[in-house]
Amino acid sequence: MMRLPPIAGEWIDRAVPLTFSFEGHEVPGFRGDTISSALAAGGVRVVGRSFKYHRPRGLVSFANHDVNAMMQVEAGGRSIPNVRADVTPVEPGWRITAVNTRGGVANDRLAWLDRLARFLPVGFYYKAFHGKRLFPHWERMFRALTGLGRVDTTAPLRATAKRYDFCDVLVIGAGPSGLSAALAAAEGGADVLLVDENGAAGGSALYARGGATQPTAAVAALIGSVAAEARVRTLLGGCAAGYYADHWVPVVTGEAIVKVRARAVVLAQGASEQPAVFRGNDLPGVMLASAAQRLIYRYAVAPARRIAVLAANAEGYAAALDAQSHGIDVAAVLDLRSTVGPRTQVYRERLLQNGVRVLNCVRPVEAIGGAGGCVARLEFTAPSGLESVNIDGLWMSVGFAPLTGLLHQAGGTVRYDSGAEQFVLDSLPAGTYGCGKLTGAYTLAECIEDGREAGRAAAAELGNSGRREAGRRPAGAECSNHAFPVFRHPKGKEFIDFDEDLQIRDVENACQEGFDSSELLKRFSTMGMGPSQGKHSNLNALRVLARVRGESLEQHSLTTSRPMFHPVPMSHLAGRGFVPERRTPIDREHAVRGAVWMPAGNWRRPEYYARDGHTRAQAIAAEVGAVRGAVGLIDVGTLGKVEAFGPHAGEFLDRLYTGRFSNLKVGMTRYGLMVDETGVVIDDGVIARLGAECFYFTTTTGNSATLFREFGRLATWWGMPVGLVNLTGHFAAFNLAGPASRAVLAALTDLDLSDAAFPYLAAREAHVAGIACRLMRVGFVGELGYEIHVPAEFGVELWRVILQAGQSSGIRPFGVEAQRMLRLEKGHLIVGQDTDGVTNALEVDAAWAVKMDKPYFIGQRSLATLAQRPLRQTLVGFRLAAGGAQRPRESNLIIDGGRIAGRVTSIGVSPTLGHLIGLALVDPAVAAAGKLSLRVDSGAQITAEVVPTPFYDPLGEAQRRKEGA
Amino acid sequence: MKLMTCPVNGPRLISEFVYAGELRPAPDPATSDDDTWADYVFNRSGVAGIKHEWWCHSPSGVWFIAERDTATDVIMRTFLYRAPGAAE
Repeated sequence: MMRLPPIAGEWIDRAVPLTFSFEGHEVPGFRGDTISSALAAGGVRVVGRSFKYHRPRGLVSFANHDVNAMMQVEAGGRSIPNVRADVTPVEPGWRITAVNTRGGVANDRLAWLDRLARFLPVGFYYKAFHGKRLFPHWERMFRALTGLGRVDTTAPLRATAKRYDFCDVLVIGAGPSGLSAALAAAEGGADVLLVDENGAAGGSALYARGGATQPTAAVAALIGSVAAEARVRTLLGGCAAGYYADHWVPVVTGEAIVKVRARAVVLAQGASEQPAVFRGNDLPGVMLASAAQRLIYRYAVAPARRIAVLAANAEGYAAALDAQSHGIDVAAVLDLRSTVGPRTQVYRERLLQNGVRVLNCVRPVEAIGGAGGCVARLEFTAPSGLESVNIDGLWMSVGFAPLTGLLHQAGGTVRYDSGAEQFVLDSLPAGTYGCGKLTGAYTLAECIEDGREAGRAAAAELGNSGRREAGRRPAGAECSNHAFPVFRHPKGKEFIDFDEDLQIRDVENACQEGFDSSELLKRFSTMGMGPSQGKHSNLNALRVLARVRGESLEQHSLTTSRPMFHPVPMSHLAGRGFVPERRTPIDREHAVRGAVWMPAGNWRRPEYYARDGHTRAQAIAAEVGAVRGAVGLIDVGTLGKVEAFGPHAGEFLDRLYTGRFSNLKVGMTRYGLMVDETGVVIDDGVIARLGAECFYFTTTTGNSATLFREFGRLATWWGMPVGLVNLTGHFAAFNLAGPASRAVLAALTDLDLSDAAFPYLAAREAHVAGIACRLMRVGFVGELGYEIHVPAEFGVELWRVILQAGQSSGIRPFGVEAQRMLRLEKGHLIVGQDTDGVTNALEVDAAWAVKMDKPYFIGQRSLATLAQRPLRQTLVGFRLAAGGAQRPRESNLIIDGGRIAGRVTSIGVSPTLGHLIGLALVDPAVAAAGKLSLRVDSGAQITAEVVPTPFYDPLGEAQRRKEGA
Repeated sequence: MKLMTCPVNGPRLISEFVYAGELRPAPDPATSDDDTWADYVFNRSGVAGIKHEWWCHSPSGVWFIAERDTATDVIMRTFLYRAPGAAE
């Protein structure tokens, strides 16, 4: 057991012990332990295997800045992949295994890959995948060897909530500078949200104690002040994982994503400690000094018994004191530097007093593993020569890299400061502020002062301007970062990137192959592309790159890590579909009558009504027959329905449609065709004039929302004060059609339905079954018919009443398919089916609906030009003898002498006529010849005869049918 | 998510807005020749820079003009079309 006696401020609850299993062994822990801390307390030193070479790995950053400790967790019947052990609190009963092993972490059968390292050069995948012949072989092998956790595809679907939060100032990071910033912003009157990925505020001040039993009083006071400040809300255990436009920051908590909108953002994330690069630096037991300090002070775990500290800053000396004060034997402090500054000197004297050996000018040569592959010895050179020290833990404290991920995502920049030997803030986008280690501040006093300034500025400007120059580090202050903590070994295995198993020579070789900028290096070598996104590796890689090129780091830039900053469970990101399906007020009536649904725009509509013992075709034919022979009723409530009113309404419609509406008589309707500025047909509908200054008109189902919006733009652009109301959802609408429709309607209304009083194309407002309706005599399906529009809340009642009233006449509801056939028999086009994105009004023989003598309408100028030219295509009707096995379908091509001359746009067997009829867009010369050669799906060509339309009732007598006829 | 300021409804999420192209002066259909007219109806300028664009706040149907730098996606200002004092 490596668990220490209780420590002030520890995060574990010793009153609640628990056990879980790791790789089949029982491991004890306490509530509050992360998986990693409990494993360390239980003496487990190898927690995972590396990605490429399957080398045994232990805890390195203990901050989720490496992914050595990545687990598959079986809990509650679920198998959760890629759980980050460093930061995930462990639960009792969890069954945990390391990812990426074959046969367990202790005896991974893929460990032989380590010996193949020589044969796996940088860019191996790219090289392997170059040859087409071997591709399948490599692919099979890589698929088997690579990948981390296993996805449980049988896991039940789980909806994860998304939460939202708002604040004036979002402070990211609750270390000393972040706490100070939050407090200053709140004092400036701002509503502040302070987030930190850790479970407690205080940051490194809580664990970098230099042997003291308590954190500094100043930090405790700061934490107390923030807790007492009503304007600061603190969200702990939440990682600000990305920065999106206008201060929109997703904060990832254990349960959900909280999307925070702030008016200003203070970046106070601090820095991640960086490893030294030398042979064997990845052996279990070699870890960052801050990781060891976190294990001690947060979880009361001693990570080793006898250590050496590889130091290049005061922080390393402080860590050595922390080790000593918890009974860990410090064999030596090995300083890479030749001289030390005043900050180090304070700790150094105490260590010397305690009898610790402190050496300067040290170069590590190799860390050597012992039992279980864990570090047992360090070989190094000192001024006195080659030495070695026996240890079971090596702590590295050679420098830090500020966390710049969010800064880069926000559009800020950094520059390399050779005084601080780190990248520091250089520029900030409006409304963002930075403080703490990001600006080069390291001491507590510097951080608190820096945070105060940033918080004050954020509250004062609230995102209005908010650039603040960086570089808070006092000139000449002792540096915490070593310029080049990289030590080559002839036998390699000096790891820069632990996620991807990349060594010094991989960077060198990539450079040699020409991938010698940070962006190219990243993509070729996959440096920094592992789950930790380079938090522990990018800086050292850049240092090696710069040295290979003989340049300074000032000439190089960091790559931008992508949001999310840390890996996030897919279930947190997954959302539900929010595209609504619209339903008409009559929807349920269709369902009870056996409607088979089809999508129409955003709507669902009955394609037809299924009937027992009838095929689809039979059911549709029966519906067509009812309309032609008796009476049918269709729900057309999906049509766009618009009211335009005011003295300019008629003129507005004149400009909108190709036809003329300002001279339309009150109580009449007219067909409206709409084209765009190029003359292409985009919509059609029926326009009714209900009053001198009131028009009511319909648009096609799919276009209604976008067209209504465009009407508003045009009215604005043209400066026409016209009132526009979208009534699409307000009205239910039916078409009652068939020879018996007048008789059915007459039984329900007092309105005089005689042809003289209510002629073809007239519109009336009247009561039907006591309900106020708008009625229009229309002819789309080619029979006597009434379109009835009624406020949506009365739709169901009227639908039922009409069907009831029509029962004796043999009324049937009909669906979209029957309507399509009925209109096809009449040769009426459907915009978007019989036209496409380049079909103009003249090509569909609609010149009759185009009034060129108006002062202006959209597309007029283009149609005038087109009218001077021969038609490119024309819409014609054709017929075929029914019953052929090779039935053409929509979009089948029309071939003329080996070239494509057009295509079929609509086709079907007319139940009324008993043969195949269709419409085709075709070369006018081919159409004039009277025969079309249709190429059917099989490739065969069959001949159709061009015939005039309408196919049915060419004179239009049926729709004009008078009473008693 | 990006914000946009509707001149009537104030700052709202960009997902509530619909873009409808650049505000472009139309040539006089009565006097322009075919080439001028064809250029107007078929061609659009994709040159990055500061543009005046039609935008609509979809839930309320408010149309307005946004002055936006298409190179940086920074919205300089938004205003109602032909509003007093607003340059076009």
